[in-house]
Amino acid sequence: MLEIRGLSAAIEDKPILQGIDLTVPQGEVHAIMGPNGSGKSTLAYVLSGREDYAVTGGSVTFEGSDLLAMSPEERAVAGIFLAFQAPIELPGVGNANFLRTALNAQRRARGESELDAVQFLRMARAETKRLAMPEEMLRRNVNVGFSGGEKKRNEVLQMAILRPRLAILDETDSGLDIDALKVVAEGVNALRGPEFSALVITHHQRLLDHLVPTRVHVLAGGRIVRSGGPELAHELEAKGYAGMAAEVA
Amino acid sequence: MTAIAQSGVAGFLARYAAMRDRLPGDLHQRDAAADAFRRAGLPGAAAGRRSEAWKYTSLRPVADATLLRPATPVAGTGTLQDRIPLADVPRIVFVDGEFHPEVSVVPTALSFTRFADRAEFDALAQPDSEPLVALNTMLAEDGAVLSVAAGVDAGLLLLVNTAINHSSVHPRHAIQLGQGARLTLLELSVGDDSYLHNPVFEIRVGPGAVLTHVRLQDESPEAFHLSTVYVDVAENATYDSFGLNIGARIARTEAHVRLGGPKAIAHLNGAQLLADTQHADFTTVVRHDAPSCVSRQTVKNVLAGRSQGVFQGRIEVARAAQKTDGYQMNQALLLSPDAEIDTKPELEIFADDVKCSHGATVGELDADQLFYLRSRGIPDSEARAILVRAFLTEALEAVSDETVRGVLEAAVARWWERQAA
Repeated sequence: MLEIRGLSAAIEDKPILQGIDLTVPQGEVHAIMGPNGSGKSTLAYVLSGREDYAVTGGSVTFEGSDLLAMSPEERAVAGIFLAFQAPIELPGVGNANFLRTALNAQRRARGESELDAVQFLRMARAETKRLAMPEEMLRRNVNVGFSGGEKKRNEVLQMAILRPRLAILDETDSGLDIDALKVVAEGVNALRGPEFSALVITHHQRLLDHLVPTRVHVLAGGRIVRSGGPELAHELEAKGYAGMAAEVA
Repeated sequence: MTAIAQSGVAGFLARYAAMRDRLPGDLHQRDAAADAFRRAGLPGAAAGRRSEAWKYTSLRPVADATLLRPATPVAGTGTLQDRIPLADVPRIVFVDGEFHPEVSVVPTALSFTRFADRAEFDALAQPDSEPLVALNTMLAEDGAVLSVAAGVDAGLLLLVNTAINHSSVHPRHAIQLGQGARLTLLELSVGDDSYLHNPVFEIRVGPGAVLTHVRLQDESPEAFHLSTVYVDVAENATYDSFGLNIGARIARTEAHVRLGGPKAIAHLNGAQLLADTQHADFTTVVRHDAPSCVSRQTVKNVLAGRSQGVFQGRIEVARAAQKTDGYQMNQALLLSPDAEIDTKPELEIFADDVKCSHGATVGELDADQLFYLRSRGIPDSEARAILVRAFLTEALEAVSDETVRGVLEAAVARWWERQAA
């Protein structure tokens, strides 16, 4: 479903990604681990279409289409969802309104019927309940005054409502306590199925205890340096990135 | 009486000469104001006479306009009710500066008299230093004189000026709140075609009293709106104001607020939404004269087309005003490369134990916010519209009264529809 071939990208002429090769088949959850500065977040942004990154080489194909030729909103309509590492605050924009606008924009673009306010609220309330989030979060402005944990949960809520085909979670576990971490993991696990894939970017193995990946990839210096099964995450935790880097070298 | 063509300073002075003997009140004060106006002229109208206070706003177009005072009204008051919101709220309505009882509902919770019947000038206004106040003092014929007795909560009141006959009007309003009194005043300025609306307010907020003064300037796009508000806030009292500038070809809303007793509070918030070649100037001077007073000010501008927004905010802290807490912020969102914002914050502090800050932001829409919305599938143009509306919604959050905020929200929505069309 997602095929990345030789992807290179730079920001302000500084190369960050230096030839990434990665395939995420449909229905699989892949984890990307790596030290700070290895290019994890850059990969997430490049896949979701952030314009301040320049793609300098390679290709990305999503369900047979050239992903890099699409605008951020076209990618979302195609089924890509980025859970932000630092979710953006939108003062003056109500959370429920934001979610309904996004959902209906996607449905409209796909030629599906839009949901009215009542239909939407019924669905959104059910999702907040399932994610053990207070319903009041729907009434607040998007991420404004949310704690770090609430912001991350709000990303998961958006994902649950927008039902992407490929979710990219950019360090969604950072700054979360164990309870919030479980909520996030359960939120993703609930979406798992043959139609759903995920790319889980994380610094720690902790999240992967609850959200068990199909494959684990280690990113260092803008390249995938190792790939393996879920056990690779434990090996990393034991040896540290430096230890693994020494082995690879 | 015959119509008098009014153009420039000479036109206004000619009008004063023609009507002087019929004007109510103390003619010595009016003559002195006429002298001051003759000396000062209209700011920016004559070369080389531009003062610092009028650095960014020129009244040359006002001087050049021919504002006719009609001998007989050209339109009636029949269509008035449609443009005044909140039908069940008491209202004092002026048409072309003259009180109209048949469209007013005078509240019982406060005392209302007409300036035309008393014509007393308070000492707050400064005709010698403000040319437009001099012009008003010279020509004021009517206005609302409101007084709320000690301890009384007078609720919500509308004060409306509708200009329907091409003219220049100079209402003189006075508001007095007794100890612990409360009033929410929603002031609405509307009109048709070209005219000058030049009101002056003299406001005294008594000890512990709270005046909420919300101003919706929604004048005709060809009109000039020049208003000056003087406020004296006593101990523990609050003057909570919000001004929304949407209309007029050239607008200047100027406020001089003095915090005269300990723990007095002033909020001078506002928003300006401008398009085409509109020019609006939000000028305030807050003087902290007593200790432990608080002043807060956030003014937001959304500027489209070739419009120009001006913000001038000055905070003066007297030596006696220790523990002053002053805050001032001006934000502008420029929707077009041809729009312009001019910001001039000033602090003048003579006390040593104070907390004063000011800031300004000018920019386009936030790239991170825009990307966040688009990454959720919202098309670029729709995402931009959401962010502009959000900026406006946030600006109105300073208005706590929901009924009043609803009126402002409706005006903002109309403005936004015009931009989107």
